Amino acid sequence: MGDLPRLIVSGILTGGVYGLLAMGLSLQYGVARVLNIAHGEFAMMGAMLASSLYVALGINPLVAAAISGPLLFALGFVLQATLFRGLKARAPAAAAFEGNALLAAFGILYVISYLALLRWGTLPTTVLYLNYVVTFAGMSLRLNRIVAFAIAVAMGVAVYLFLARSRLGRAIRATAEDPATAGLMGVNVNIILAFCFGLGALLAGVAGSLTAMSSQISTSIGFRNTLIALIVVTLGGLGSVPGSFIAGIIIGIVTSLVTSLWEPVLVVPVYYAILMVLLLARPAGILGKK
Amino acid sequence: MKKVDITRLFAHRKLLWVGFLVAILIFLAAFPLYGNAYYIRLLFYMFMYATLSMSWAMFSGATGYMSLAPAAFFGAGMYTMAFLQEALPFPVIIVIGGLVSFGFALLVGLVTLRLRGIYFTIFTFGLVMFVSEVVAYTESHLFHAIGRHILPLDSKTLFYAMLVVAVATIVAIYFIRRSRLGLAMQSIGGNEEAAEHMGVNTTRIKVLTFAISAVFMGAAGVIMAPNLIYIDPRIAFSPAYSFMPILMSVFGGTTQLYGPVVGAAIFAYLERTLREQLPEYFMLTFGILLVLVILFMPHGLEGLVSRLQNKLRAVIWKSRKGGETEQHANT
Repeated sequence: MGDLPRLIVSGILTGGVYGLLAMGLSLQYGVARVLNIAHGEFAMMGAMLASSLYVALGINPLVAAAISGPLLFALGFVLQATLFRGLKARAPAAAAFEGNALLAAFGILYVISYLALLRWGTLPTTVLYLNYVVTFAGMSLRLNRIVAFAIAVAMGVAVYLFLARSRLGRAIRATAEDPATAGLMGVNVNIILAFCFGLGALLAGVAGSLTAMSSQISTSIGFRNTLIALIVVTLGGLGSVPGSFIAGIIIGIVTSLVTSLWEPVLVVPVYYAILMVLLLARPAGILGKK
Repeated sequence: MKKVDITRLFAHRKLLWVGFLVAILIFLAAFPLYGNAYYIRLLFYMFMYATLSMSWAMFSGATGYMSLAPAAFFGAGMYTMAFLQEALPFPVIIVIGGLVSFGFALLVGLVTLRLRGIYFTIFTFGLVMFVSEVVAYTESHLFHAIGRHILPLDSKTLFYAMLVVAVATIVAIYFIRRSRLGLAMQSIGGNEEAAEHMGVNTTRIKVLTFAISAVFMGAAGVIMAPNLIYIDPRIAFSPAYSFMPILMSVFGGTTQLYGPVVGAAIFAYLERTLREQLPEYFMLTFGILLVLVILFMPHGLEGLVSRLQNKLRAVIWKSRKGGETEQHANT
C-alpha cells in the first residue's frame, strides 16, 4: 500500500486532462444544447494528429496541439454553423431539436471514427514526449503527466476567466441563459453558438494531444473519451466549469486506483456504479444547481 | 356510362390492408419452400432488424427519450441462449431471453427514467460497453474462458423463429400504440409536463414501455445467437446493433408502424450487400446517411409518403369538385 499516494497523485494528474475534456462537452451542451456524443472523437483526432505530425515533421505534441486545436475549432464551428443550425431552424420545439441533434451527433461519431480508421488504421501508437521520471515528495512521477496537468488546468482557468470576465464571455452566458433575449440585446446568437461548439471541439482536441504525450493512443479511443466526458459532466453538474474539474479529478483518481489495484476491465463498470448512485441520490451533480 | 370512382376504393381501405398484409405473410412463410439460401438469410436479417427498429421506435420515437443501447438488450438475449442452450428447448429460451432483457431494461429505467431525458441518454451511451465488460470479467473469472460456442440450428428453423418474433412484435406494438399505454407515451413525447398534469404517471409509463420494448430485442438476440455459432462479449455487444436500428428507424420514420419495417428492409439489404463489397466504406456511408436524413428528411420516408398522400388527395378532391360543377352546368 506504499504505492497508494503515488497512484492518487497520478490519478489527479490524469483527472486534470479529463476535466479539460469534459469542459468542452459541458460548454457545447450548456450553450448550444447539443449533447455531442462525438466529443471523444475530437479528442481522438487531437491525439492522432499529434502522432501524425510527430512522425511526419518531428513536431512535439505540445506544438501539435497548437496546430490541431485551431483546425478542430474550425471543424466544430462549421458543424454548428451548418448542421446544428439547420436542425434548429427546422425543429418544431426545443425538445425535438435536442433529440435530432443527438442523433446527428451519433451519425458524426460514425463518420469521424470510420474516416480515422481509413486514414490511420487500427494499430495503437505512442508519441512519448518528456517521458522522464522526476521525484516529487518521495514519489516518482513522469514529467509529461505533470506538464499535461499544468496545461489542462491553465487552459481551464483561462476559459473560466474568459467566460466570467470578457465581453464575449458575457454574451455566451447570456445566450446560454436565453438565446431569444440575447438576440434582441444585439448578440449574434448563431456566431456565439458556433464559437462555443468550436471551442468545445478545440478543448477536446487539446485534451487528446496531451493524452498522446504519455499514453498509448489509437483510433478507437474516441468512445471511451466520450464516456469519460459524459460521466465527468454528470458528476460535476451540466454546465458547471469548476464542477467539471473537480469531477474530472475524482474520476481520474478512481480510474488510476481501479486500473492499478483491481482490474482494468472493471473501470467502466465502476464508472457505471458511480453514475447509478449519482442519478439515484443527486442527479444535478456535486456542484450543479437543481 | 358508369364512371369509375377511385375514391370508393378508399372506403374499404382497412380490408385491403389486411388482405395485403396476409398475402405478404403467406409469401414470407412459404419462402423457404422455393427460395434459395442467400435470400432466406437476407430475410432473416430483415426480420431481425425490423424487430429491433420497431422496438426502438416504439419507445424512443414516441417518447423522445433517445436510447442508444438496443445492442445491450439484444446481446443479453444472445448470452441467455449461450447459457441455456443445452438445458431448455429453443422456444422456451426465446421467451426467457425476452424476460431477461425485460428485467434488465426495468432496472435501467428505474435508475434513469425519473430524470430528464438527457440523463437517460447519457446512461445508455456506455451501457453496451458496461454490459460487455461485466460479461467479459464474469466469464474470465468464473469460467476461465471468454466466449462461447452455440450449437448451430437449421437455417429454416431460425428463419421461422425470427419471422414469428417479428410478427409478434408488429402485432404487440400495433395494439400497444392504440392502448392507453400508447397514448400516454405519445403525450409524454408531446409535452411531458402537460401529460403529468393530466394525470399520466409518466415515470411508470416510461419505465414499463422501455422494458416492454426490450422484450422483443432480447427475443431476437436469442435467435441470432445460433446464427453466429460463436459469441464473445465483443461480438454479442457490438455497437453496430445499436446504430443500425436507429438509422433504420430514422430513415423509415417513427410515427407509423411501417416506417421502421421499411427502413429495416432497405438497410438490411444494403448492409448485406455492401459488407462483402466495401467493408471499410459502408459504415462511413451509413453515418453520413444518418446525418443527411435527420437534416433533410426529419420525418423519414413516412414524411415523404404523407406529403405525397396530401397532394394526391388534393388532386382527387379537385377532380370531384370539377365533376360536380359540370353536373350543375348540365341541369
